[in-house]
Amino acid sequence: MAKVRGAIVVDTEACKGCEVCIPVCGPDVISMSQEVNRKGYHYAYMSDPEACTGCTNCAIVCPDRAIAVYRVKVA
Amino acid sequence: MEVLDIIRPENQVFCKTKLMTDTTLTYCPGCGHGTAHNIAMEVIDELGIAEDTIGVAPVGCSVFAYDFMNVDMTQAAHGRAPAVATGIARIWPEKYVFTYQGDGDLAAIGTAETIHCCNRGENIVVLFVNNGIYGMTGGQMAPTTLPGMRTSTSPYGREIDTMGSPIKMSELVANLPGTYYVTRQSVHTHKHVRKAKKAIKKAFENTRLKKGLSFIEIVSNCNSGWKMTPNESNIWMEENMFPYYPLGDIKVNGKIKQVA
Repeated sequence: MAKVRGAIVVDTEACKGCEVCIPVCGPDVISMSQEVNRKGYHYAYMSDPEACTGCTNCAIVCPDRAIAVYRVKVA
Repeated sequence: MEVLDIIRPENQVFCKTKLMTDTTLTYCPGCGHGTAHNIAMEVIDELGIAEDTIGVAPVGCSVFAYDFMNVDMTQAAHGRAPAVATGIARIWPEKYVFTYQGDGDLAAIGTAETIHCCNRGENIVVLFVNNGIYGMTGGQMAPTTLPGMRTSTSPYGREIDTMGSPIKMSELVANLPGTYYVTRQSVHTHKHVRKAKKAIKKAFENTRLKKGLSFIEIVSNCNSGWKMTPNESNIWMEENMFPYYPLGDIKVNGKIKQVA
């Protein structure tokens, strides 16, 4: 059982679908959506929300800063 | 615990800095410029110097940096950003002045301005994004293009005999007495982003202490120009760019650490 739980919120209109966030995510939380945004890009989304630790790795490599990260300690 | 219970304002640990405007970046998906812009602005935000910072945008892909960075900005003619920054820094010595330049701007047309500005040791920060190609104009060969690398103006690969060797700007300016801090960083993984951010922070602190010129080279990708996906280009960069442009500090506190 993880001691910290995290979550990401992707600004789907800002995401350009570059997939740079996927290899830096340790627990493999992020996948690309089947749907596209208004610009026609497949955007990132949290496919495995249970595994996210809120480490912010995905957010700091995102060139468009489309990811906001939330983290909470679980007792 | 449900995901919606985690997504609350009090649990937020990371979001886009207020010093980046809401304008959508004009860079290609996966371009290192976006990350470089953001970490520079995050550093300025953390140091609390946004009101006293003046940036100079170059010509190239990052010509619209003044639209994205929410600090006072100006824009210089091609390659002349260090000269413009010199003027600003001399009129307002208490301000934090930085230039943001690409390799076509800093290492090709602006070589003279760069070298003389570094030699004079102006109290500014130079952020140099090196992706080995002219991105905006369609992927032509730049002075920093690697040997054998195919570009639209070197379709059979760069030949050293006729086109010369790639120029290592950081090593070049480190040998000038005016530079105080010269380093080469990268922004393609979380580890490198954190290191690059530390380096930029150190550079702005040097400006506060009036130590002289800090030169930060950021080796970046140009996935459109290199004709790869962003992740492929990052791997290619690790395998090909880093052996020629090794990462790390080159000059710290006015003393050369390593010469490649």
